[in-house]
Amino acid sequence: MKLNYRSLGWRLVLLGAVTVVFQIAAVSQVRILGVNADLVPLVAASVGLLCGSLPGAVFGFGLGMLLDLALVETVGVDSLILLAIGYAAGRLRELRDPQGAIVPVLVGAGATAIAQVGFSLLTFLLGQPVPLGWALLWEVLGTIAFNSVIAIPVYLLVRRCVLAALPEDPRRRRRRAYTTGGLSPLSKS
Amino acid sequence: MYDRTIRRRRLTLVALLACALLLLSVYVGESSSGPLHSVQRGVFSVFTPVQEGASRVLKPARDLFGWIGDTVNAKSRLAEVESSNRQLRSRAIAGSEALRVNAQLQKLLNLNQANGLAAASPVAARVIGRSPTLWYGTVTIDQGSSRGIRVGNPVITGDGLAGQVSTVTGHAAVVTLISDGEMAVPARISGSGAQGVAQTGAGGPNDLRLKFIARRFRADPGASVVTAGTLSNSPKLQSLYPPGIPIGSVTRVVDPGTDAQKIFVRPYADLQRLEIVQVLTRRINGNRP
Repeated sequence: MKLNYRSLGWRLVLLGAVTVVFQIAAVSQVRILGVNADLVPLVAASVGLLCGSLPGAVFGFGLGMLLDLALVETVGVDSLILLAIGYAAGRLRELRDPQGAIVPVLVGAGATAIAQVGFSLLTFLLGQPVPLGWALLWEVLGTIAFNSVIAIPVYLLVRRCVLAALPEDPRRRRRRAYTTGGLSPLSKS
Repeated sequence: MYDRTIRRRRLTLVALLACALLLLSVYVGESSSGPLHSVQRGVFSVFTPVQEGASRVLKPARDLFGWIGDTVNAKSRLAEVESSNRQLRSRAIAGSEALRVNAQLQKLLNLNQANGLAAASPVAARVIGRSPTLWYGTVTIDQGSSRGIRVGNPVITGDGLAGQVSTVTGHAAVVTLISDGEMAVPARISGSGAQGVAQTGAGGPNDLRLKFIARRFRADPGASVVTAGTLSNSPKLQSLYPPGIPIGSVTRVVDPGTDAQKIFVRPYADLQRLEIVQVLTRRINGNRP
């Protein structure tokens, strides 16, 4: 029932690199109604939800650092925010283990809100000039809405990527017992 | 066992937090030639070819989503465009004679501009990445110091000034756009010759402000704002931008004719959707008019 850390580590490194490249080279350049999606908090939150707080925090930290380095922005800002997002999503899973199809959407929206507001606050505290006004509000709210729409596909993709390295889920095993036999227990008796 | 797990989790969290804060402090505190900045440039130069490849591969997907975005934008702008179309139609009739004369002048102007630009050794580049936030108005281009691009070189599009190069590696560069909060461009209003500084406003990437314009000068909506070039005789105070590059047009003026007049400028270049840009790698005559 333990995590396969080596396999999970490689998968997360690959996932992080692909996420950063895809975000910078494609997603950031597609703006609909003046906003674009931000895959990074969604992926960090999904990893936290699926793998737990510790892998979530480490992945968030690494993902943030890679993003800051690749975008030539202030190193450490995204690491700090995504570390918090990965850890918080992981703790949510460990403490509450929420079930339901809407969980990735709510967690994704929350993670995006934390990322947007946290990034704005930290950047402001570091002395960047402030692009305040409707444009910033529109970007924050628009990105949250946009990310909520794509949260489930992103979660499913991340799940598909890390699933093989995760311990067997008893719930999955129980469901498979009913479906792979071809007959229900009632018809067998 | 359970206690150990909790302790390990907390220790890791504290270590990562400390690491992030340390990185942040070191990065903000060191100069641009510091070790962390060097590492960043190294990672950037490693990442650039991957990014460039991904950018090419993902172009069809980008175009598809861009088309969806354009459709949504187009619908919301339909009424505005229809009204503008009516006005333009009536003006087109009156302007046809002026257009004939203008075409001849335009040919001369284009010739002059082409000659000026050719002397500035322009390097064409493709935009291969952009910052996802409103806070950093930067894009990444696929040409770098191997083509003679240096930090501070002005970057233009077919419509006007886009920004300046802020970071360079061998085969890529980061361009800080004129909508970035740290940019300030010496500018003048082309009609009146009033000189000031164009900086980003508070309303986002399509909102520039023309500051420090003396109150005796009036700016009318629609007036063109262009780069002023070098105004000082001192070689230490040369402008980075050649004179006469279009920046944008005045959209409105608040409190005109006063010391507190606010001149709003909309950039000509579509900074949200840059694809091909030109970097002017040589300075001609110290960028003097």
